[in-house]
Amino acid sequence: MSDEMEDLYQEVILDHNRRPANFRPMPDANRTIEADNPLCGDRLELFLRVEGDRIEDVSFLGSGCAISVASASMLTEHLKGATVADAEALFAAVHAVLTDEKATVDEERLGNLMALSGVRRYPMRVKCATLSWHALKAALASRRPDPVTTE
Amino acid sequence: MNIAAERPARNGPGWSPGAIPDAVRPDFPILGEQVRGLPLVYFDNAATSQKPRAVIDAVADFYRHDCANVHRAVHTLAERATLAYEAARERVRGFVNAASANEIVFLRGTTESINLLAHGLGRDWQAGDRVVLTAMEHHANIVPWQLLRERTGIEIAVLPVTERGELVLEALPDLLDERTRLVAVTHVSNVLGTINPIAEITRLAHAHGVPVLVDGAQAVPHMRVDVQAMDCDFYCFSGHKMFGPTGIGALYGKADLLAALPPWQGGGEMITRVTFERTRYAAPPQRFEAGTQHAAGAIGLAAAIDYLSTLDMAAAAAHEQALLARATEGMQALGGVRIFGQAPHKAPVISFLVEGVHAHDLGTLLDRKGVAVRTGHHCAMPLMDFYGVPATTRASMAFYNTLDEVDRLIEAIAYAREVLQ
Ligand SMILES: Cc1ncc(COP(=O)(O)O)c(C=O)c1O
Repeated sequence: MSDEMEDLYQEVILDHNRRPANFRPMPDANRTIEADNPLCGDRLELFLRVEGDRIEDVSFLGSGCAISVASASMLTEHLKGATVADAEALFAAVHAVLTDEKATVDEERLGNLMALSGVRRYPMRVKCATLSWHALKAALASRRPDPVTTE
Repeated sequence: MNIAAERPARNGPGWSPGAIPDAVRPDFPILGEQVRGLPLVYFDNAATSQKPRAVIDAVADFYRHDCANVHRAVHTLAERATLAYEAARERVRGFVNAASANEIVFLRGTTESINLLAHGLGRDWQAGDRVVLTAMEHHANIVPWQLLRERTGIEIAVLPVTERGELVLEALPDLLDERTRLVAVTHVSNVLGTINPIAEITRLAHAHGVPVLVDGAQAVPHMRVDVQAMDCDFYCFSGHKMFGPTGIGALYGKADLLAALPPWQGGGEMITRVTFERTRYAAPPQRFEAGTQHAAGAIGLAAAIDYLSTLDMAAAAAHEQALLARATEGMQALGGVRIFGQAPHKAPVISFLVEGVHAHDLGTLLDRKGVAVRTGHHCAMPLMDFYGVPATTRASMAFYNTLDEVDRLIEAIAYAREVLQ
């Protein structure tokens, strides 16, 4: 694979795509949100169980490209057990790393999410990576969020 | 502007299909581009086709030498611009073999044409009246009718397709009765490539007194169209898909049907007399061409038609079929590739899914190899739903593509699969 492609399709991403984490329904979810990217037909559903200010559980289902599935999969790993404030801060950090070349990034905090930073060089693919994160934001903002779309 | 003059005619005898790409590629400057360090392989022709130098020059020459508003003044440039614009209309007439140039309306493209018809024809339709569409329509031939349905309560009936991607024509007569006001059908599917039997459809519809609108967007780049032979009532297409400029297209309508339509937009040029009490509208086609027209676009479209007339279209079509066959065989040989659209009469369009590879990732990885394809729902979401897939990858070819390029596509698919599986 060329260097440039390694940038986008890093092994971490390919692994998450092959075996996404927390890819399951959640019967006792208290926040559910659909997200779709009409450009490429990605369709994800994000489930959250929020108790007080803590995200007790998070999972997702759906179909999408490797970038959107890996991004959602990593999201669930990072946010299980996190506080709502943590989640909002992480959203901001991820959004910055995906869209802003000049953003100062806290690489330690982002951990494996840094693997997504390669999409910055593929403007058409940024929406794939941000899809589940926009869904998260909407789900945290409202108990009955409207479906999210990134087009 | 004489476009074809300096070049040897290529529609004479002796043009074998295989000789076409070598002969025409130098005419298309963009085909020499590099993408990500590799020679561009352009297989997104169904989205928009590339433009020959003759078209680019015709548009630039208009702005350099003849630019004026058409139909509005008597000075020399205005006269040149107006004559060129009306000559372009005559060229479009010949291109689709309409009986009269007055049956040709210049509009922005297929989308605007269908919206005009939904607006105009729908004016006196009532709740319970029916328009018949098909399951393989582009959103451009679905949404305007839904907007009309919201306003008037008309019914939209959908002629189904088979798994192979052909219309179930036997189901058509049942949808035709005294409440059916129109059949609106695509000539060629932008996803499946299927070429629909328009003459047969118009025969069935006319037997019930129902007019037929044909979306020709994907047909005109690949075949000679004869609206009189097909006996369709309306036919529309976009210049940019047939090697012409963006922002220009044409609507053909039978003279009496156009004459019965109300104006589409109001403004300059579509009137004969205006007072604040009352305005008299111009006859077609001017009635539907309000405001300053896209003269450069119309002239560029005429240049594209002239360009096509220098080609032997039968040989070009034969070459396109060779490209399609090579791509189909190549994909079948790879294994794990599902092809959507297996009709025996197909334009060179091939939609497919590679097992284990999302269409969108495939699109990015193919681009890395310099190969441009379309990924997504292709503005045909109901058809995607029918096949139960969210998206496909589509390679759509034109006469300037080569067999080597098809091989590069197949290699690039194999590479993408290796990366992702
Ligand atoms: C079958 C078909 N109909 C209609 C359209 C719409 O054409 P345009 O966007 O040029 O108006 C397209 C292409 O996008 C098409 O493929």
